[in-house]
Amino acid sequence: MNTIRLKAICALLAGIAVSVGAPGATAAEKPEMGGTLKYVVPAEPPSYDGHRETTFAMIHPIRPFYSLLIRVNPNNPSSTDDFVCDVCRGSVPEPTDGGKTYTFKIRNDVKFHSGETLTAQDVVATFNKIISPPEGIVSARKAYYSMVESVSAPDNSTVVFKLKYPSGAFIPALAVPFNFIYQKSKLDKDMHWYEKNIDGIGAFRFTQREAGAVIRGERNPDYFVKGKPYLDGFEAIFAKKESLRVQAIRGDRAAIEFRGFPPKSRDDLVQALGKDVEVEESDWNCGLMITPNHARKPFDDVKARRALTLAVDRWGGSKYLSKIAIVRTVGGIVFPHHKLAATKEELEQIAGYWPDIDKSRAEAKKLLNEAGVDLSKTYSFNNRAVDQPYKIVGTWLIDQWRKVGLKFEQHVLPTGPFYDMLRKKKEFDVSIDFNCQSVVNPLLDVSKYLSDTRASNQYGGYQDPEVDALFDKMNRSADPAEQRKFMREMEKLTLDTHANQFMTLWWYRIIPHRSYVEGWKISPSHYLNQALDNVWLHKSM
Amino acid sequence: MHRYILKRLLLMVPTLLGAAALVFMLLRLIPGDICEMRMAGTGGYFDQSAIDQCRVEMGIDKPKLVQFGNFLWGIAHFDFGTSMWTGQPVTTEIALRFQLSLQVAIMATIVAIVIAIPLGTISAVKQNTWIDYVVRGISIAGIAMPGFWLGILIILGLLITTQHLLGSPWMPPIQYRPIWEDPVYNLSMLIWPAVATGYRYSAVATRMTRSALLEVLREDYVRTARAKGLWEQLIIKRHALKNAMLPVITVIGIEFAFLMGGLVVTEQVFNLNGLGKLFVESVINNDYNMTQSLVMLVVMVFVMVNFLVDLCYAWVDPRIRYG
Repeated sequence: MNTIRLKAICALLAGIAVSVGAPGATAAEKPEMGGTLKYVVPAEPPSYDGHRETTFAMIHPIRPFYSLLIRVNPNNPSSTDDFVCDVCRGSVPEPTDGGKTYTFKIRNDVKFHSGETLTAQDVVATFNKIISPPEGIVSARKAYYSMVESVSAPDNSTVVFKLKYPSGAFIPALAVPFNFIYQKSKLDKDMHWYEKNIDGIGAFRFTQREAGAVIRGERNPDYFVKGKPYLDGFEAIFAKKESLRVQAIRGDRAAIEFRGFPPKSRDDLVQALGKDVEVEESDWNCGLMITPNHARKPFDDVKARRALTLAVDRWGGSKYLSKIAIVRTVGGIVFPHHKLAATKEELEQIAGYWPDIDKSRAEAKKLLNEAGVDLSKTYSFNNRAVDQPYKIVGTWLIDQWRKVGLKFEQHVLPTGPFYDMLRKKKEFDVSIDFNCQSVVNPLLDVSKYLSDTRASNQYGGYQDPEVDALFDKMNRSADPAEQRKFMREMEKLTLDTHANQFMTLWWYRIIPHRSYVEGWKISPSHYLNQALDNVWLHKSM
Repeated sequence: MHRYILKRLLLMVPTLLGAAALVFMLLRLIPGDICEMRMAGTGGYFDQSAIDQCRVEMGIDKPKLVQFGNFLWGIAHFDFGTSMWTGQPVTTEIALRFQLSLQVAIMATIVAIVIAIPLGTISAVKQNTWIDYVVRGISIAGIAMPGFWLGILIILGLLITTQHLLGSPWMPPIQYRPIWEDPVYNLSMLIWPAVATGYRYSAVATRMTRSALLEVLREDYVRTARAKGLWEQLIIKRHALKNAMLPVITVIGIEFAFLMGGLVVTEQVFNLNGLGKLFVESVINNDYNMTQSLVMLVVMVFVMVNFLVDLCYAWVDPRIRYG
């Protein structure tokens, strides 16, 4: 038994060593042309229209057909503030007019797959559809652009965004990977055209969709970045079951899955494939939250809610949960590696993050007593019927609360009924919830903590004008230091003083892939860096 | 006989109407709707107006009675509408998967018949011998073992064995190609789920063959045949087995109909893009149009298979034909 364990550990270490060494070794290599990248996608896209959808299942197979105005730097996607031009020229422009005007110069060598040349009018039509869609058109993220006053094209190669106020959230919001550039003439004829059809300017051209099975793309020979893409094509294969996706990589039916696997699957693949697999890992811009129901006793009382967060040993839990679930990093309301995120010292000042868990739990018990919480009662805990990481973290949370005398019964619901419980029925005392974003843009990402009259995805049922005011001030400030100050205040109020909602642990993204896949770099979101124009296959491997 | 067929055909109408009403009501009892799934289910930011607009587009903002009326009107015109998830016509989505599901169902049925009839017959003829015990053990294991679990074992077994023998792991293809395009590829993908489901299917049929044959073998006419000195194999093949096949045909028919839409987990294990997988996904996504259409399709398959089984009865047993 020990020998088997030792072998497994050696294989794991070898795999990690290979993966750590690999980028350095391959960086100097010249990308090879050709080949078809096969990858598995856990779900199927509802429609082809990026502007209306919110799921990664549309990004993974469809994003390679499109380009954006600007995007997260594909060579440095782990950075949270490195954005580069995609169809604009040069670098991302600095604002003028006191931070209220952004002028983009559009490339003149870009062609749609149907043959027409891209102009600034197409970019304007695209962003008008996103920001102010006409009646009857769904735009899922239009509220991201509440700072935008107008988008215009003074000529065919210039796009001007005028803002109502300077906003640090604007540039990251432009880089959202759903912001596919569409053709104005097609939108003019039919605003719904892109829901069922594809005509992009991306590195790949759409060739075929077999419903429920696969989406195929081929190299776009007219792609505006000369020499790219390296691949002849790709096949995005839909495979819902996680075990099958893991085995597909093991059996080389697919080379990669871009969403993320749990640690056990990584270890299994590394053990089975050794040097034939590489692993890339990153903190993930998704966080699992605890949402108490503010409308129900006893969690209408801030003392009872504070006890909930004080009972949870995040620092200790991180060590053990990260071995079995896709969670790892302890953090506040901001993605841990962003400059607006709290430092460890700042976090340790917040209830639930104190380094001494015994002191925390003693305080929790005292607060429960003061709030008159009935400890003989069993409270309901609403969770989503998904193993990773919901059920694992949910079970752990129940054990954490048991340590201060609180008893919970976990009600695990499929996604539809789970959201119905959060949004309509609200028959829970405490629920799991999550916040999962694409581009790391804390100024907008923390909108989930606003009053429920402002944030339709806040399910605690509370109103907090103080938090709302801080959010507004932060978003209207152009000074990063001031933004950081407001963010700390908002975080303290949300997690501690008002104890509205709590973060458990941030997710951790693990991508094991076949070693012959080169050029793809992990990012903090499964929505990002999926254009595939940099990816190539090392055929000699 | 013609009157019997007409009566059976007319009885299908209330069955289908009842099924339509039931599936419509049950689906609406599931909490949540497709628009919440699409917008809120990913944990990202979404605009509430987007959900409202989506509901208008999908027609789920209308009163339930109007929705039910539209559904029935659609069925009457053989217009099942479009999938609420993909926006593609439901018939197109189903047709794409029907071919694969039908092939797996046929292959699994062949596997089941090839295993079940000989084993069930041997088991009955050699009742209470070690052969009977082995066959019963195999069939009980087949009933006890879920097809999807056997499927997982098959995939893992193939991966481990091929890695050990060939140096690199091999698993069945995960993308479908029709048999007339690439028979080797097609069979290398579908033979494994056919074996996994066919084995369980055969276990039920084996036990049914055994018990039916045992009953027939105790009939007077079999005793008479033996008494007049007929060859034992002839007695079993010509006189006993044919009469014992009635309940076996029923089981095979019902299982075949079940396989057309019921291979829910096995299809996921092997990544088969069949009707079972579509069924699960449409229920998970709250895609009412697709789920309703699929249920109606399965109901129709069941009704038709039952009808054909009854006709088979009449063919196999003249007493039914002339009754």
